[in-house]
Amino acid sequence: MARTIQSLERAAAVLRLLAGGERRLGLSDISSAIGLAKGTTHGILRTLQQEGFVEQDPASGRYQLGAELLRLGNSYLDVHELRARALVWTDDLARSSGESVYLGVLHQQGVLIVHHVFRPDDSRQVLEVGAMHPLYSTALGKVLCAYDPVAHSEVAEVEREPLTPHTVTGADAFETALELTRARGWAADVEETWEGVASVAAPVHDRRRMPVGSVGITGAVERVCQDGVVRPEIVAAVRDCARAVSRDLGAGRF
Amino acid sequence: MSDTPSTSSHGHGPFIAAIDQGTTSSRCIVFDKDGRIVSVDQKEHEQIFPKPGWVEHDAAEIWANVQQVVAGAVAKAGVTADDVKAIGITNQRETTLLWDKHTGEPVHNAIVWQDTRTDALCKELGRNVGQDRFRRETGLPLASYFAGPKIRWLLDNVEGLRERAERGDILFGTMDSWVIWNLTGGVNGGVHVTDVTNASRTLLMNLHTLEWDDKILQSIGIPAEVLPEIKSSAEVYGLAAGGTLAGVPVASALGDQQAALFGQTCFSQGEAKSTYGTGTFMLMNTGNQPVNSYNGLLTTVGYRIGDQDAVYALEGSIAVTGSLVQWMRDQMGLINSAAEIETLASTVEDNGGAYFVPAFSGLFAPYWRSDARGVIAGLTRYVTKAHIARAVLEATAWQTREITDAMTKDSGVELTALKVDGGMTSNNLLMQTISDFLDAPVVRPMVAETTCLGAAYAAGLAVGFWSSTDELRANWRRAAEWTPRMDAATRDREYKSWLKAVERSMGWLDDDTVEE
Repeated sequence: MARTIQSLERAAAVLRLLAGGERRLGLSDISSAIGLAKGTTHGILRTLQQEGFVEQDPASGRYQLGAELLRLGNSYLDVHELRARALVWTDDLARSSGESVYLGVLHQQGVLIVHHVFRPDDSRQVLEVGAMHPLYSTALGKVLCAYDPVAHSEVAEVEREPLTPHTVTGADAFETALELTRARGWAADVEETWEGVASVAAPVHDRRRMPVGSVGITGAVERVCQDGVVRPEIVAAVRDCARAVSRDLGAGRF
Repeated sequence: MSDTPSTSSHGHGPFIAAIDQGTTSSRCIVFDKDGRIVSVDQKEHEQIFPKPGWVEHDAAEIWANVQQVVAGAVAKAGVTADDVKAIGITNQRETTLLWDKHTGEPVHNAIVWQDTRTDALCKELGRNVGQDRFRRETGLPLASYFAGPKIRWLLDNVEGLRERAERGDILFGTMDSWVIWNLTGGVNGGVHVTDVTNASRTLLMNLHTLEWDDKILQSIGIPAEVLPEIKSSAEVYGLAAGGTLAGVPVASALGDQQAALFGQTCFSQGEAKSTYGTGTFMLMNTGNQPVNSYNGLLTTVGYRIGDQDAVYALEGSIAVTGSLVQWMRDQMGLINSAAEIETLASTVEDNGGAYFVPAFSGLFAPYWRSDARGVIAGLTRYVTKAHIARAVLEATAWQTREITDAMTKDSGVELTALKVDGGMTSNNLLMQTISDFLDAPVVRPMVAETTCLGAAYAAGLAVGFWSSTDELRANWRRAAEWTPRMDAATRDREYKSWLKAVERSMGWLDDDTVEE
């Protein structure tokens, strides 16, 4: 039999004891029910409380299950909620950058566009909400792969076909690009998906610092880049926007 | 909103400050020359419910909050009074206040537009004619929303007030007048004015002359002494007398829905905007002539810039839109957040034959049937909660279509595109459905705060910060556009089914039905 971790087993016993209906128990009830010293039980309860799995009633001092347990079972962020929270910030990003803005989430083995703001130049544009973009070549996709382990494992199974002469197809080169993304907090796609088009994206986190999507701009390479590198003011605007949306979702400052 | 969009390229001053004195909060937004938001500050005020159906605000609290948010927004923008070229005002419409002109003290809480205490009074004022008694002059039905009957109620119910009013000691104002009077000095020379859009919601102004109507004043029983001077929506009323922005011209006032029309740059006849919030308000510019409505819409002033001719509008409102989604969340528990209605509705291709008429407190424009109550029609074993979610969104879209049809009938102008704003514009499926049902493009602008923007635009025009409405139009940016994808046959068939469902909601209440 594989080795088990005793303190986890004890924590599970505490949770089971508190589960079921509106149960509130005091420290001595819990310690005697699971047959442990009060000090040990208190240590377990304090740790569970820190993680939000257990709450202590301030008046009686009794313990009950915490709200975090409910959230565990119901944790995914609704993409329409994400769009509603991002609306103001993405509008502002489009205005400040002069480019079109996209908000993407991981869907199967690609990036699903859940929100799109037109480039503010009055030209005819078509709403691309619902479109799928490649995970391995776009800035939105690279950000997801760099921060979300699920996206990372999905992309490993994708055949990285060259979409342009600039597409990164090799496994090592791709991993290096993801490392760079994590190190600087944003990703770029300079003509790796579409000829003549560059994009920049940064991650959106929820209140538990989980990566829930990526937001970025896309535009003509001549406007987005200068002397072959992405213009720093565009990077700053994209990262500001990603931070603002994350803050709106409850993530702390970072 | 405590955080403000603050990306790098804001440009530098000068700026315009817009004050939005709304139903639940007061806000101040500082805009730059491109119409971009530089900073925002906001503070909520107390909703006072003395009795069922009564809603009041403490006007002193509101004025304190206005001063605070102006100081807050200016500080966040990091600017001084010198950088601010004008102050614009937009406000909750119809909310009514009387105050003592010598002390500046309100004689009673402000009576909020939603307050229904004047229902019986309005019936009485209709006499043998009914609720359309003053419609030809004012464009409005006799209903408890509007300010005139609320003034009468205060004169009748606050002891000694009528005598003080007749002596000339009392001033009336909607919230624009209250804010402007205080901003320009209050008891020390504050100007007592209102703008044509706010005045057009009192039931006391003649739409054709744009002046107070003596006959109506007599009929309702309001002494002319209490009334403010009616000004245009964009001119310098006076200078701020003190506070953060001392010396800055106070240069615009517009009711909130008219301000949104202005902020959406609906400057041409036939252009319309619809604001999707808890309820929905749609206004269409009908040019320089007031258009009588025979289809249950209101006729109102859209705006008036300085001494130019006034621009009129037709207005239709939908009582229950965002609040229907909230009902699905809070009362039915079918969704956890308002945004999830789209997720649920998107799991099915169509409504499965179900239609939801949310006539929770009767049917409004264009039917005006208070005997109607909500129905869900067309239920079969096949229908799931996802179909109901879809029917919920379609209800808002069909009601938009009904108001659009009424506007076309009254004005003879076909709608070419609908400009939308408000919280529900983040619902992609709803926006697509509206476009499908109207068979017209639906367009969302890049600045969501169209109400404040409208007030800023009008103030900026008054002081020459912007040269013309053409320049403002050039500032307008399309953030998204939905184009119709539904074939005509499907649309017509669905519309017929919707109208059948509406039919079934009518006549639910009769003489034997006792509510509550």
